[in-house]
Amino acid sequence: MLEVSGLRKTFSGFVAIADVSFSVERRQIAAVIGPNGAGKSTLFNLITGHIRPDTGRVRFDNNDITGAQPPVICRMGVGRSFQHANIFPKLTVFENVQAAFIAHRGAGTNFWAKSRGIFDDETRILLRSIGLHGEANTISGTLSYGNQKQLELGIALAPDPKMLLLDEPTAGMSASETRATIELLQQIALERELTLLFTEHDMDVVFAIAQKIAVLHQGRLIAAGSPMEVRSNPEVRRVYLGEQRQ
Amino acid sequence: MTDRLIARVPWTLLAFAAALCIPLLASRFYTSLATDILILALFATSLNLLLGTTGLVSFGHAAYFAAGAYTCAILMKNFGAPFAFAFAASGVVAGAIALAFGFFCVRLTKIYFAMLTLAFAQIVWAICFKWNDVTGGEQGFSNVPYPDLAWMAGIPGLGGMRVGEHYFYITLVLVGICFLILRRISESPFGRILTTIRENPERAEFIGIHVRRYELAAFVVAGVFAGLAGALFGIFNRGVFPDFGYWSKSAEVLIMVILGGMGQFWGPLVGTFTLTVLNQQITSYTEYWPMVLGLILIVLLYAFPAGILGTLAGIARGRRGQTDA
Repeated sequence: MLEVSGLRKTFSGFVAIADVSFSVERRQIAAVIGPNGAGKSTLFNLITGHIRPDTGRVRFDNNDITGAQPPVICRMGVGRSFQHANIFPKLTVFENVQAAFIAHRGAGTNFWAKSRGIFDDETRILLRSIGLHGEANTISGTLSYGNQKQLELGIALAPDPKMLLLDEPTAGMSASETRATIELLQQIALERELTLLFTEHDMDVVFAIAQKIAVLHQGRLIAAGSPMEVRSNPEVRRVYLGEQRQ
Repeated sequence: MTDRLIARVPWTLLAFAAALCIPLLASRFYTSLATDILILALFATSLNLLLGTTGLVSFGHAAYFAAGAYTCAILMKNFGAPFAFAFAASGVVAGAIALAFGFFCVRLTKIYFAMLTLAFAQIVWAICFKWNDVTGGEQGFSNVPYPDLAWMAGIPGLGGMRVGEHYFYITLVLVGICFLILRRISESPFGRILTTIRENPERAEFIGIHVRRYELAAFVVAGVFAGLAGALFGIFNRGVFPDFGYWSKSAEVLIMVILGGMGQFWGPLVGTFTLTVLNQQITSYTEYWPMVLGLILIVLLYAFPAGILGTLAGIARGRRGQTDA
């Protein structure tokens, strides 16, 4: 589904991502882990077109998407959530998700219709599936942080993506919010036959749901494989899992 | 309960009906003032499509106003073009210039966007100022003819009126139609996409929006309507001058929008009304109008941080929230 090969990115001499290659299979749930500054967000930004790589290629669904613009990549079926809840804060919850439908279905060039009732059913069904239907008319910026992250997931799902990239989906959440979010993610991935790639700090979350784990350290991929393989990899234990235990 | 009744009144229609009565009830002076307000309100509302809806701060919106004004005036005076043609052409020309300038402006963001719009506007002003053969240069372009409005005398009730009053009606109808179109655009799916760009361009990109293309489209639409306002103003003013495109004109319209409230569709109209009436009243008492204006603006902006209409809407929403609870 997603194949990254030989990806490299330097920022004025600093090597942020060094020759990273890995792949995610269709309908797989994969995680990228690594300490702060390991290059996880940079890797995501390279995949979704926010940054152009120096060398290397990104293939998605048998298409070369290296260096394509974010809206183009989004339209090909890659959904994304950001590390900080990235929503449209002054619009209502309903309008947030509706806007994503408008954008994806190409209705944005329509400057004469009334936007109020457009994609009403689709938006309400999606809000129900992420558990925010009761908040449809709330101004989204006033939601709790956990709910804002849920809403961001809703925005990412509206274009009906084949793959979701989630940058720390449970960052800043309480333990119960984290659990609810993980269950929601697993359920949605199953229902929609999604491929998931996420970064996460919480190792319990990672080992609970990831089928494949890639470990980044100082921009380098030091391990990639099943949770079992990664857990027993000595280098991973040394640079990362060991650090956690201290 | 009363709030809900208030919400159901067709205010827009009532305001239009009331405006229709102005020449019948008020003096020529106030009819002329009303024409002035209507035209500038259209100018301000066109800017608000950028400022309030898309979140783009343009410091050079006067360029498109001036472009429209010169186009209409030159076509009517030098080429004897009928008003309908000249009016439409001024929108097209202003839109085309907005397309050319906007192409570069939307490549920048925030303050750099604002500075580039200002730079382009100064170019327009310089051209108007120096190109004597076409624009009349520093002296401007005076004696712009009124459109032929004799046919309006045939409309019952408008028989005994002067050309200034007929022109008020033409302005009212044309500006009214422009308002309807702009409102329709801001409530359309296109308008909704513009608000997502205002709120969060990064996220907007990743719901599949080509942010720059939408910004450019908004820039062109705003330019077209600024041009139409300029066309009406040139005739109303009986002359077109380089000052129409000067940066102070851009600042003035920006103040009108912010004063009225850029979060509200009718905010710029309220701002234009307030600023124009204040100007009119205060200059009749003192020659220090800019200073008094400055003080009043400071007070208004502190008392109404969301603009006059924005603050009123906030109060109304708060009251409705209380009665519902």
